[in-house]
Amino acid sequence: MFRNVAELVELAESEGIQISEVMIRQEMEVKEKTREEVVGQMERNLDVMEKAVEDGLKGVRSHSGLTGGDAVLIQKYMQEKEPLSGPILMDAVSKAVATNEVNAAMGTICATPTAGSAGCVPGTLFAVKNKLNPTREQMVRYLFTSGAFGFVVANNASISGAAGGCQAEVGSAAGMAAAAIVEMAGGTPSQSAEAMAITLKNMLGLVCDPVAGLVEVPCVKRNAMGASNAVVAADMALAGVTSRIPCDEVIDAMYKIGQTMPVALRETAQGGLAATPTGRELEAKVYGISLKKE
Amino acid sequence: MKYKSVFDIIGPVMIGPSSSHTAGAARIGRAARNLFGREPKWADIHLYGSFAKTYKGHGTDVAIVGGILDYDTYDTRISSALETAKQKGIRVKFHEEEAHTDHPNTAKVRIGDDDGDLELVGISIGGGMAEIVELNGFELRLSGNHPAVLLIHNDRYGAIASVTSILAKHEINIGHMEVSRKEEGKRALMVIEVDQNLDDTILKELEQGDHILQVAKIVD
Repeated sequence: MFRNVAELVELAESEGIQISEVMIRQEMEVKEKTREEVVGQMERNLDVMEKAVEDGLKGVRSHSGLTGGDAVLIQKYMQEKEPLSGPILMDAVSKAVATNEVNAAMGTICATPTAGSAGCVPGTLFAVKNKLNPTREQMVRYLFTSGAFGFVVANNASISGAAGGCQAEVGSAAGMAAAAIVEMAGGTPSQSAEAMAITLKNMLGLVCDPVAGLVEVPCVKRNAMGASNAVVAADMALAGVTSRIPCDEVIDAMYKIGQTMPVALRETAQGGLAATPTGRELEAKVYGISLKKE
Repeated sequence: MKYKSVFDIIGPVMIGPSSSHTAGAARIGRAARNLFGREPKWADIHLYGSFAKTYKGHGTDVAIVGGILDYDTYDTRISSALETAKQKGIRVKFHEEEAHTDHPNTAKVRIGDDDGDLELVGISIGGGMAEIVELNGFELRLSGNHPAVLLIHNDRYGAIASVTSILAKHEINIGHMEVSRKEEGKRALMVIEVDQNLDDTILKELEQGDHILQVAKIVD
């Protein structure tokens, strides 16, 4: 069993296999399952993600009314004009937003690694799909590669906003996505690790400050930025850019930053954007209460 | 290693909006339900830390009650769990606690009926994963690295021997085991960590063991 990114990359490169293959083999061994069972379960997760993106692109709205409809706006804009940041980036953004809008509306999603950060992995997958034309099997592999990197973060640091802030959720999700994009685009296992490192480095310190405690503001747009961060970092890694700080040390830094993060900024809705005048106003409106306390 | 499967990371498939506060919370409620073994008449739910501060926004209350109703994380009936509980005549009470706990997402769930009750403390550690840290006042010291099974049994001779011989028969090795009771001759608790996976047939067999009342797998 691999315990860190270095071991994961070493396993893949010494055997001449992809990261996704390392993850599939480990899952078969740990859960005593056949390849068909393991791959089949991941295919069902892929179906859920695809459905969530579709639903989000049709337009959904959350019960609170705080989020919804932005995925539709972005897609419409893309049809009318060429986006400045390029079609793949904006497509990834719209699909990440779509997923998290569905999540906020209490729809069915697949946590990757969490519900609040569920947009980054499928958002990027269904966007780069149009460029790379992967087979269904390669799309399933994308999820195993994402899962392999998430597995290391979850065991060595945290994927919980309450424990480690948004860097642990959207940061991890974006890093996972970056690593998977690299594999799908034909990069090496170590390039996947570089992409993960570059992404996570740029998400360090991100706090978890949901308005009214809802997984809506700013979570939906943080997934948009997580997805774009992933695409850019993947391109950098594929270009041969490396991270001066190794991936495992970036993960460790993320963990330590999370531990020293104030409780007000770890999913308690007491600091950051949640505590802004507008944040408080929205909170009062959502719960139908008058503004009090503090 | 707390997370052992890729599906702990890519998954679970769930009803939004929060894996810690919805899916993990539902799993804590469902663990209580499984250990209690039947639908309770009442539930007292104490929320701590981030759970206490944000449970309304995340639907943590709805999710825990959904779990108590035996719904899985992807069961769309979760969203109407509070109304369903009311219709079924289950009295549900929530308590927002100020006390500081080791983990930010902690819930204490007490459920019961005329014949008995059960108290469980669970933590939601992220990505929909939950851990049971206390049961009926007994602190559970599980490494989380191995499959584990909880057995509630009558405090009588032969109960432990019966369980260990069933495990031995299936060539299951015990890595760690704790036995505790509150009062001599009353309810007791066995917590066993094993090296091999426990399938449902073994769990069924354990249920038939001498003086065994309830069996639940708490860590896969």
